[in-house]
Amino acid sequence: MSKKPNRTSRRGFLRTALAGGAAAIASPALTADSNPANLPPNVADWSKTLGEGVAVRTYGKPAKSEAHIGRRDVSWLTASPQSSVSFTPLHEIDGIITPNGLCFERHHSGIAEVNPADYRLMLHGLVDKPLMFTLDDIKRMPRVNRAYFCECAANSGMEWRGAQLNGAQFTHGMVHCVMYTGVPLKVLLNEAGLKPSAKWLLLEGGDAAAMTRSLPLAKALDDALVAYRMNGEMLYPENGYPVRMVLPGWEANIWVKWLRRIEVGDQPWHTREETSKYTDVMADGQARRFTYVMEAKSVITNPSPQAPINHKSGFTVLSGIAWSGRGKIARVDVSIDGGRNWRPAKIDGPAWDKALTRFYYEFDWDGSELLLQSRAMDESGYVQPSKTELRKYRGVNSIYHNNGIQTWHVRSNGEVENVEVG
Amino acid sequence: MSRWVSSALLGAGILALIGAGVAAAPKSAGHAPRAEAAKPLGIGREAKSDEIAGWDIDVRPDGKGLPPGKGTVREGEAIYMQQCAGCHGEFGESAGRWPILAGGENTLGSNDPVKSIGSFWPYASTVIDYIRRAMPFGNAQSLTNDELYAVTAYVFYLNDLIKDEHFELNANSFKSIKLPNERNFRDDDRDVAEKSLWRKSPCMTNCLPGPARITGRARVIDVTPESGKGPKVE
Ligand code: HEC
Repeated sequence: MSKKPNRTSRRGFLRTALAGGAAAIASPALTADSNPANLPPNVADWSKTLGEGVAVRTYGKPAKSEAHIGRRDVSWLTASPQSSVSFTPLHEIDGIITPNGLCFERHHSGIAEVNPADYRLMLHGLVDKPLMFTLDDIKRMPRVNRAYFCECAANSGMEWRGAQLNGAQFTHGMVHCVMYTGVPLKVLLNEAGLKPSAKWLLLEGGDAAAMTRSLPLAKALDDALVAYRMNGEMLYPENGYPVRMVLPGWEANIWVKWLRRIEVGDQPWHTREETSKYTDVMADGQARRFTYVMEAKSVITNPSPQAPINHKSGFTVLSGIAWSGRGKIARVDVSIDGGRNWRPAKIDGPAWDKALTRFYYEFDWDGSELLLQSRAMDESGYVQPSKTELRKYRGVNSIYHNNGIQTWHVRSNGEVENVEVG
Repeated sequence: MSRWVSSALLGAGILALIGAGVAAAPKSAGHAPRAEAAKPLGIGREAKSDEIAGWDIDVRPDGKGLPPGKGTVREGEAIYMQQCAGCHGEFGESAGRWPILAGGENTLGSNDPVKSIGSFWPYASTVIDYIRRAMPFGNAQSLTNDELYAVTAYVFYLNDLIKDEHFELNANSFKSIKLPNERNFRDDDRDVAEKSLWRKSPCMTNCLPGPARITGRARVIDVTPESGKGPKVE
């Protein structure tokens, strides 16, 4: 939201923020790059000369001055960039749809570059007839369009023990929401014919991690999609081109990318990603497994540490996103005093089933310090808990499924920091 | 063509063209809409057994899917030192920041749980399944079945799950290996255990006894890349 970000100072800020320094955000230089010759009463250059013609930009890009916007990683998190994560810049986008190039990435063995002509999806196991599909086969089938959020189970996982990363991109950026086009999985299963003993499916990726997860049959027959488009375009390679699983409301790890094989069985496989990883260790050392559903969660994306408030006081809009793996968002409340008092936020745009939902809260800021929070409620009646409440149930070693309420501290100069309140 | 496009763009009857097409479309023969998921569409071809054999590499806890082959701890040691130790450490303790493969017994309930095959994983099958599909990192699916059994045996040995270095791992002896932490996993119970998080009317006013106090700040926590202190994304 800082309109004219000075790129070096922004990067410098992130680095110092992560290094624990973060003395101050370079005061946002709103007018630094401005040229008086373009301002009234003068007439701007672009009002006098012809611009570039059509088809020079065969594939459009954001304006040059927006080029700094992008996914970022936190290099100390992982040993190698091939098994790592980059985060969606939530503070730089509005509405509910994530642009394809900004969707967070999580790979376990890098991006598989699949030749679509050599793409095959194998479906076998407890079926009447094992089948092999080409990409053209899949595109020939009946299809549906659905927008869903996709959130990594480890989103906010670095925050279990306390406020740690300064930026909504880093605390909450392992979520995105695009419109998928794909074939309901049940259509494919109907082609092969399920045996009566079928209860579980194994989903396997075609990357060098051969990512595998066990999927209960009920979900497969419910809303699971075998998707090949995002926001109308073919999937991007980093999101599983040409075909990935979409399992609405469930943790992203099971949305297997570069899908190459589906095996039908009668029990779960207990693969590495559902035993060693993606299981939630509770305070007593026991672990929950198959915790698929992503619970109701929300975060204020503007302002946030990477997007300070640039006006001293006056009319202010807080903007944020809410989502729930159990259905639609019913309501979002906002607090500006650290959770003592709450007001309902305004939801704008569609509040679709298991999709990101945009909320706004408008108020007159008197320029005093704020402790901003948001609290999502879904149609099942679940209310997003405070971090303290969540820790009471789950301890601090769960890594996954941290949907606690986020607090941003806004100083009177508009600077924002990730804090915890008690 | 370009002439046609430009006249169309100029408004010369493109709507009329489309309209005419719709009106002329035959209504019946060969265009009947299908009831959803009724009979199969007949798309896709039968997968052949040798094709399936090439890709079907999963192994279940009951041993289903184990490949033919065998290997001893001794044989595995040489493979491990050559192909795994560089990242995972000679004793599975990790060389640098790569994942550990052993250690951490009795730490799960502590402040710093160390989740290794021996301390955390529930099933031996997962070890062979995962190494078979994904390791060595960067050269996946390169081990022969005998190498796979041998190196897996060695990883079990590093975790004290096998004590005898002459132990031969194969589809049969595999069944004797049980991991100690199996009983400490339970299925998702959030709906029941955390029932209190479903509430009709959450508090709206004076929900805290006094003004909220800041108890922690992101900038006081040292998460410099160099210190490598931060927790890992898993
Ligand atoms: C280049 C470094 C490298 C080499 C060499 C390597 N690994 Fe790995 N190993 C990794 C990485 C990285 C992961 C985690 C991958 C991920 O994030 O999904 C991993 C994960 C594992 C795991 C799962 C660990 C856990 O706790 O979930 C096992 C088991 C394993 N490796 C065994 C092996 C064996 C056996 C070999 C030799 C045949 C080997 N590795 C060679 C880097 C390596």
